Amino acid sequence: MKYLTEYRNAGVVHEYLDELHRTTTRPWTIMEICGGQTHSLVKNGILDLLPKVITMVHGPGCPVCVTPLGIINEAIYLAENEGGILCSFGDMLRVPGSKKSLLEAKAKGADVRILYSPLEAVKLAQEHPERQVVFFAVGFETTAPANALSVVQAKLLGVKNYSILASHVLVPPAMEAILSDPENVIDAFLAAGHVCTIMGTEEYFPVVEKYQVPIVITGFEPVDLLQGILMAVRQLEKGEAKLENQYARVVQREGNLLAQQTIGKVFEVADRDWRGIGTIPMSGYEVNESYAEFDARRRFNLHLQAVAENKECIAGTIMKGLQKPFDCPNFGTKCTPEHPLGAPMVSSEGACAAYFHFARAAAT
Amino acid sequence: MPQLDFDVITLGHGSGGLLTHRLLEAGVFKLFGNEYLDEQHDGALLDITGKVAFSTDSFVVSPIFFPGGNIGSLAVHGTVNDLAMCGAIPQYLSLGFILEEGLSMADFWEILVSIRHAADLSGVKIVTGDTKVVDKGKGDQVFINTTGIGSLHPSANIHTSRIQPGDKIIVSGEVATHGMAIVSVRQGLEFETDLLSDSTYLNFLVNKLLDKFGRDIHFLRDPTRGGVATNLNEIAKKSGLGIHLQQALIPVNEQVEGACEMLGLDPLYVANEGIFIAIVSPDVAEETVEVLRQDEKGKFAAIIGEVAATNPGQVVLSSRIGGRRVVGMLPGEQLPRIC
Repeated sequence: MKYLTEYRNAGVVHEYLDELHRTTTRPWTIMEICGGQTHSLVKNGILDLLPKVITMVHGPGCPVCVTPLGIINEAIYLAENEGGILCSFGDMLRVPGSKKSLLEAKAKGADVRILYSPLEAVKLAQEHPERQVVFFAVGFETTAPANALSVVQAKLLGVKNYSILASHVLVPPAMEAILSDPENVIDAFLAAGHVCTIMGTEEYFPVVEKYQVPIVITGFEPVDLLQGILMAVRQLEKGEAKLENQYARVVQREGNLLAQQTIGKVFEVADRDWRGIGTIPMSGYEVNESYAEFDARRRFNLHLQAVAENKECIAGTIMKGLQKPFDCPNFGTKCTPEHPLGAPMVSSEGACAAYFHFARAAAT
Repeated sequence: MPQLDFDVITLGHGSGGLLTHRLLEAGVFKLFGNEYLDEQHDGALLDITGKVAFSTDSFVVSPIFFPGGNIGSLAVHGTVNDLAMCGAIPQYLSLGFILEEGLSMADFWEILVSIRHAADLSGVKIVTGDTKVVDKGKGDQVFINTTGIGSLHPSANIHTSRIQPGDKIIVSGEVATHGMAIVSVRQGLEFETDLLSDSTYLNFLVNKLLDKFGRDIHFLRDPTRGGVATNLNEIAKKSGLGIHLQQALIPVNEQVEGACEMLGLDPLYVANEGIFIAIVSPDVAEETVEVLRQDEKGKFAAIIGEVAATNPGQVVLSSRIGGRRVVGMLPGEQLPRIC
């Protein structure tokens, strides 16, 4: 496949690895923001091939993992009550709420549907005018345009029985939260390529400036990741802090303007609670006033309840990079993909799931 | 299509009364007629001597018609292949229907014709059967159960206990094609592709291997649900040996790989219906692949790894770039990802 096989070429990978081994003289800790990058690193066995002194820390870029327990409970409530159809991306279904997951609610008779696109949910609402159709709009800046578009379309088509339960989070504020944490150990970031495809690169300059931290916008294939790591290490070794774009074949400086406009039409930036991390100011999107009627929270009068997390789950410290999944006493014993204590064990982008599925050969 | 009074299945068609009688007479018996079925007895009386294999499978695929096949052809292939994997020559099938009230008669007929066609091609006879109808909403159009019997091939000795370190692992064709053809037409997930399911009968191909290599074929498995990864995990656990795969050697159709990339699915966990895994003695491995490749159904056959005493009970994959990882069992269903 064009643009995939070239970036999975074993020869090229080893050239980058050799260069990385030559370049690295000191220990560095680098965080890859996106869970897709984490999975690629683990799935391809890259972590074991890196110089021993480079520590990769798996960031909070797993939308499923950072969606607060309260919102998952709201989604389950909507699926079980109000006689509606709750539509969701597949990832969210196995994540445990306070009492159960959406998958368990579905097994008990709730109408929960897995969709790939929120526009399908609008279509579903048109086909079932007598029922309320709610789309569980989860994600970073990447999924926000399509979710916003579904609302714009519903308004245009006069679809009255469609709404979204928004749980959108933003990358730059999360990076700032990590960097300003007194326990921070991160020397450099690999920023999430797909997020930057939408938002462009500009918003990372202030972070680089303020914290003097190298940020390399990076893709997801083995060669992408190794290039990104090498670019970060070169900066660190020289004592530089710049914004660089490894993923230039996809990411442009201004991003996708049309997508940004669509986001701006429907959403406004607001404070947001991150599961396992806490509240980060101005780090999420809420449905704005002009589209209030499509906001499931307002339509069904939901009031987000702060809910106590399972104390046995260390997801928060894992996402801040302070601990690794293997450090958790419950990893693989009390917490497995079938019986998860927390979201990172079940999301396809979760660090614990990546370690559980792919990394045990290295550990044993 | 015969005249059947109604254009949909009604509860009456499962009542055992006149409507059932007419449906069976005009539809089933006429279409599948053979010396066993024509008896119209409560069961079939069969002449079989020696060791037999016996297998059953239920089919609930949605949608019931998919690119490259339908639930009817699948129901024949599934059980025929299960028997073949035991080292048997499939001979007789039973055919049980659970129909949902309201199923279109034209769809039912099309399914019946596919069953006949698949049975003829794979050399099996439908010798007994059953039809029930459930209320609308209690089923999903049509569910089928087939059970099959076949005599064991004289040279077959297929058992996990025969798997040895050093044995080679062969797949007879490209993985994940059937599952992705189904996913491509599922509601909510439709995407444009010309992928066809590779669902087919594999018994003659397996026969050819048993004729030629006999006891050097140590184990056979059709990796249906859970895909190649889950099935190899079962084999690793049962045999107490390690299975080592080379990602670069696993044949995957380019469109299938692209669709898996897009949807966030791993082809190793996607269901198959038109391929099998053979675990064979290293002495005959290359030749086995050659024999498979001479057949249309085996043209993409490849050695994808080998059995070892290391990593007992585990499947370990060497990635294209040389990293290693464990390939676990699929927990529940593979769910599409967010981004």
